[in-house]
Amino acid sequence: MEFTRRETLAVGGAAALVAMLPKGAYAATTEEWIAEFTGGAEMADAGLDLTAPEIAENGNTVPIEVSADGASEILVLATGNPTPGVAKFTFGPLAAAQYASTRIRLAGTQDVVAIAKLADGSFARASKTVKVTIGGCGG
Amino acid sequence: MAASALVGAGGFGNWARLAAQQSLTQDQLLQFDTFGNVSLIHVTDIHAQLKPIYFREPEVNIGVGGNKGEVPHVTGADFRKLYGIDDGSPSAYALTYNDFSSLAKGYGKVGGMDRVATVVNAIRADRPDAILLDGGDTWHGSMTCFKTEGQDMVNVMNALKPDAMTFHWEFTLGSERVQELVEGLPFAALGQNIFDAEWDEPAELFKPYQFFERGGVKIAVIGQAFPYMPIANPRWMFPEYSFGIRDEHMQEMVDEVRAQGAELVVCLSHNGFDVDKKMASVVTGIDVILTGHTHDALPEPVLVGETILIASGSNGKFVSRVDLDVRDGRMMGFRHKLIPIFSDVIAPDPDMAALIDEQRVPFKAELEEVIGQTDDLLYRRGNFNGSWDDLICDALISEREADIAMSPGVRWGPSLLPGDPITREDIWNVTSMSYGEAYRSEMTGEFIKVILEDVADNIFNPDPYYQQGGDMVRIGGMGYRIDITKPQGERISDMTLLKTGEAIDPAKSYVVAGWASVNEGTEGPQIWDVVESHIRKMGTVTVAPNTSVEVVGA
Repeated sequence: MEFTRRETLAVGGAAALVAMLPKGAYAATTEEWIAEFTGGAEMADAGLDLTAPEIAENGNTVPIEVSADGASEILVLATGNPTPGVAKFTFGPLAAAQYASTRIRLAGTQDVVAIAKLADGSFARASKTVKVTIGGCGG
Repeated sequence: MAASALVGAGGFGNWARLAAQQSLTQDQLLQFDTFGNVSLIHVTDIHAQLKPIYFREPEVNIGVGGNKGEVPHVTGADFRKLYGIDDGSPSAYALTYNDFSSLAKGYGKVGGMDRVATVVNAIRADRPDAILLDGGDTWHGSMTCFKTEGQDMVNVMNALKPDAMTFHWEFTLGSERVQELVEGLPFAALGQNIFDAEWDEPAELFKPYQFFERGGVKIAVIGQAFPYMPIANPRWMFPEYSFGIRDEHMQEMVDEVRAQGAELVVCLSHNGFDVDKKMASVVTGIDVILTGHTHDALPEPVLVGETILIASGSNGKFVSRVDLDVRDGRMMGFRHKLIPIFSDVIAPDPDMAALIDEQRVPFKAELEEVIGQTDDLLYRRGNFNGSWDDLICDALISEREADIAMSPGVRWGPSLLPGDPITREDIWNVTSMSYGEAYRSEMTGEFIKVILEDVADNIFNPDPYYQQGGDMVRIGGMGYRIDITKPQGERISDMTLLKTGEAIDPAKSYVVAGWASVNEGTEGPQIWDVVESHIRKMGTVTVAPNTSVEVVGA
């Protein structure tokens, strides 16, 4: 079976839609991003997995993964970047898994935060500290 | 230990009690009542030390967070008290720093891979199917290793016949050479956390685990390479690879091998002790972690939940033997002994001795040339300084005409006793690496503080997963105060230029000489040449006690 590029894109499109977030015109701080995404709703600690390295091997391209069963949207924020917004993943009803991975740039050591809008409309939050270090002295 | 179903015993007392007799025999060091149905033999962090050496354990090794005051962050008299070791005993000499020079004269050198071979062979005589595991940092640390790009160590280790190995400094040979050597290994090269950097998928060259069938037991050995290779060592030398702790993937591997019928799961790790301790509390289903990287030697296993952690020292100074009773798919008990390799007590294995000498023949004259002599004990281990590094920093300031010198806080490198000649081999043993260029550059006071703060957080971050192992960067020509309880950015204060007694000005530029930069394209003479030139001029080396670092919050 062969996929044309167009078909492949269509298959992928059913799984996830990713929007690289524009520089926030109305949401500038992490708190404002979160408030806008959740509408101020409570966020649970469970239901969302965020995978990121403890220490970045290269702060310019840090691999991260998010997954949340049944989520319709997952927002990713780099709280210590000049512009915290990183990406918002949107999952359609046909998505087989609510999972996404990407690489992000981190200006320095900071918390990466992900917030998922779950199937029942509630929100889950996960956070991980990623260290960006100048390195150098291994044992 | 009472809370655990495990029954364990340490064989440590067997040699500790010999103190009063002031005599040791090979049989006493090797004495072990074979136990259970599986034997593991662990060597790690050999750092290419083929011949016997002196190795002084640290005086200062501070634990932070939950590890404050916990082993391996216990030294000297506290360590002896904890394990019931008599002052002046062989154990005191092997495991603590006090009276090192005088005890070393009495008990002699330690290590030597020909002695290690004797020990391994003796264990195999008891238990022919014992599994020998090498925790890595094997293909680095000497002139012969540098000049043969690790071939000398590969030849010697192949003769010792390990069953598996994991990695750290090996990667500083460059990924091409690593591939060449790994492809030729007659044993498993393991690392569940060695990934392809581009695809973020497990690297093809390294398997995550290897199964062994021994004593009727199905055993899985999972490898864990040093997680912070591209940060602590130059990333540009192995750009194809990505590492990290990846404890979720470790859990997947444990679950996978258990599903395939593993009755015993062993992790051969180069995480460092505190990282392994945390990993043991996060990942379930590992029976034994053979730890490495932080060079700790512990006479008894540390228990985390139902996982036992074994720490086998460094530089060929110790071999650990762990006998396990595995029944009905479960580890029911263990017996362990940390065997110190007293090289005057354990007879060298003649075949291995010949093979080692064969590796050294082409470099013999170079290795043995005497460059100077030392009046003081030269050692490296310690969180903030060691006399070898004080000497290296003096060499950098003098030879490179610098205000301030920086020497990396590595934990490898043997010791020399007062009165010892300093040979070229001795200098290479504490400096040899594939990125040893001694740079000279200008740095502002502010940037120097940033470096110190960054390195300090790699050691004193209360969460072990954010620690890279190693020690504080050694500083020559400058004093400072460090409060280890503070967060990054607030630990370092009172930076003082020693030659003038003036406070370091954040805005002013200082000439800094250092070595082992992780940056590509670093220029300068090799550090071993800088140190050799300095020692030659001095003739006889003396190192004044270093009082330039004030430590608070330990």
